[in-house]
Amino acid sequence: MHTAILFVELGGVVLALGVLGAFALRVGISPIPLYLIAGLAFGTGGILPLATSEDFISVGAELGVILLLLTLGLEYNADELVTSLRGNAKGGLVDLVLNAAPGAVAALLLGWGPVAAIAMAGVTYATSSGITAKVLSDLGWIGNRETPVVLSLLVFEDLTMALYLPILTAVLAGVGFIGGAVTVAIALATVSVVLLVALKYGRVIEAFVRSPNSEVLLLKVVGLALLVAGLAQKLQVSAAVGAFLVGIALSGELAEDARALLSPLRDLFAAVFFVFFGLQTDPAAIWPVAGLAALLAVVSMITKLATGAYAARKAGIAREGRVRAGIALIPRGEFNIVIAGLAVAAGAHPDLGPLAAAYVLILAAFGPLAARLVQPLIAAVARRA
Amino acid sequence: MEVEQTALPGIGLRHEFVTQAGRRIGVVSHRTGRRDLIVYDRLDPDRACEAIKLNDEESDALAELLGAPRIVQRLNALHREVEGLVSEQLPIAPGTPYAGRPMGDARVRTRTGTSIVAVVRAGQVIASPGPEFVLQAGDVVVVVGSSEGTEAVAEIMANG
Repeated sequence: MHTAILFVELGGVVLALGVLGAFALRVGISPIPLYLIAGLAFGTGGILPLATSEDFISVGAELGVILLLLTLGLEYNADELVTSLRGNAKGGLVDLVLNAAPGAVAALLLGWGPVAAIAMAGVTYATSSGITAKVLSDLGWIGNRETPVVLSLLVFEDLTMALYLPILTAVLAGVGFIGGAVTVAIALATVSVVLLVALKYGRVIEAFVRSPNSEVLLLKVVGLALLVAGLAQKLQVSAAVGAFLVGIALSGELAEDARALLSPLRDLFAAVFFVFFGLQTDPAAIWPVAGLAALLAVVSMITKLATGAYAARKAGIAREGRVRAGIALIPRGEFNIVIAGLAVAAGAHPDLGPLAAAYVLILAAFGPLAARLVQPLIAAVARRA
Repeated sequence: MEVEQTALPGIGLRHEFVTQAGRRIGVVSHRTGRRDLIVYDRLDPDRACEAIKLNDEESDALAELLGAPRIVQRLNALHREVEGLVSEQLPIAPGTPYAGRPMGDARVRTRTGTSIVAVVRAGQVIASPGPEFVLQAGDVVVVVGSSEGTEAVAEIMANG
C-alpha cells in the first residue's frame, strides 16, 4: 500500500515536471525556475503537499547534486582548467570579489552573522554554467568572439567552487578556527592531489574505467563518482566536489561517452533536486523576502555586467561584445541552490532558504530572457547612432 | 595570413582569420565532431551574424570544394615546373586487387619508380601515406613519376 502511494506521488511529481519542462521549452526559458515553483507547490504549506515520498526525494536530490557536478566535471579536462586559470586569473578574481560582495553584505546588514554571509556570498557569486551554456548555444553566441571570455570565467567559478564548498561545509559544521583551518587544508590538498593525478595519471584511471560496453561504462563511472563523493564527504570536503573532481580526471572520448550516458540520469535527478529545495521552502515565507530578493538580483545583475565588461575589454572585445559577455553571466541556478541547500540543512537563518529561492527564481528566469532581448536592443542603438 | 586559435572550454576549439577584404570568418570545431562555419558581423566585429552548422559529411564536402581543386592546381603547377614529371590521380575501384590492402603490398616504387604522394579519401587529403596505409575502394591515389611509370601504376592498381 505504501509503495503504491509512493509511486503515485513520484509519478505525479515527475510527470508535472515533464509538462513544465515542455512549457519552458516552448516559451524559451530555463525550466529551473519552474521546477522550483513546482517544489514550492508540493511542499509543506504548498497547494498539493506530498505525504510519503519526501524521504525518497531527499535522497534523489543528493544524487542529483552529485550527477550535476560529475557531468560538469566531465565537460572540462585538467589541461583546460590549468590554462584557464593561468590566462584569466585576474578576470576571475574580479568576478569573485564583485559578485560575492552583494550576498555577503546583504547577510551582514540583515544581522545574520558571518556564517550566513559566507553562504550568501556563494549564492550571489556563482553563475549557472548550465543555463549560460544553454543560452550561448540557443542564441548562436558560441561563435562570438566574447564567448571564450565568458566560458573561462565559468571555468574559474567552477574551480573556485571546488575550494569554496569544503570551506562552507566546514564553517557550517561549526568547527572552530583551528578545525576549520585543518578542513580547508585537507580540501586544498585533496583538490590539488586530484588535479595532479588527473594531469599525470588520467590515462590510468581512464584505462580502468574504459569499456566498449555502455552498461559497464555507466556503472563504473557512477560507482567511482559515488565512492569518491562519499569519501570526500567523510573528509568534510563535500560530496559534490568529490564528484566534480572525478569528472575532471576523466577526459577525451571517454568523458564524451560517459556524459552522453549520464545526461538522462542527471536530467531526472537534477529536476528532483530543484523540486526538493522547493519542498523545503514554505511558499508563505517567500513573500516577506521577495522585495529583498529583487533588490539583491538587481545589484548582482549590475555586478555581473561589470565583470563581463571588464573581462571582455581586457580580451580586446568591442563595446557590444562586452555587454553580451555581462548579460550571459547573469543566470544563477544549480550551484546557488546547492549552497543555499547546504546552509538550510545546517540550520542557517530561516529567511536564507526563501531568499535564495526567490533570488534564483528571478535570475534563472530573467537571465536568459535578458540575453534574448539584448541583441535587438544593441541593433536598435546601432541604427540610431 | 594569421589564423587565430582559441580554446572553448567544454565545447572545443575555434579558428578564425580576417580576409584580405576585411571580413572575419571562423570555424568552431565541437568535440562532438560538429563544425560551425562562422561569419562575423561587419559592424559588430565580435558577433557571429551567421553560424552554419555542418555535420561530418557536410564539412567534408565543403573542405573538398574549397580544398581539393586547390591541390590539383598545385600539382598542375608542379608539372609545368619539372619537365618529364607527370602526376596522375588513380581511383581505386571496388573489387580491384588493392582495395582493402596495405599500400606497401603493391610495391609501387620498386616496380615502377613512381611515388604515391597522396591519397584523397572522402574529400580529405592524406599526404605522404606510409606503406602500412590501407587503401579503400573509392580512394583516389595521387602518383608522381614518368609518364610510363604512372601508366604502369594505373595497371597495377586495376589488375594487380
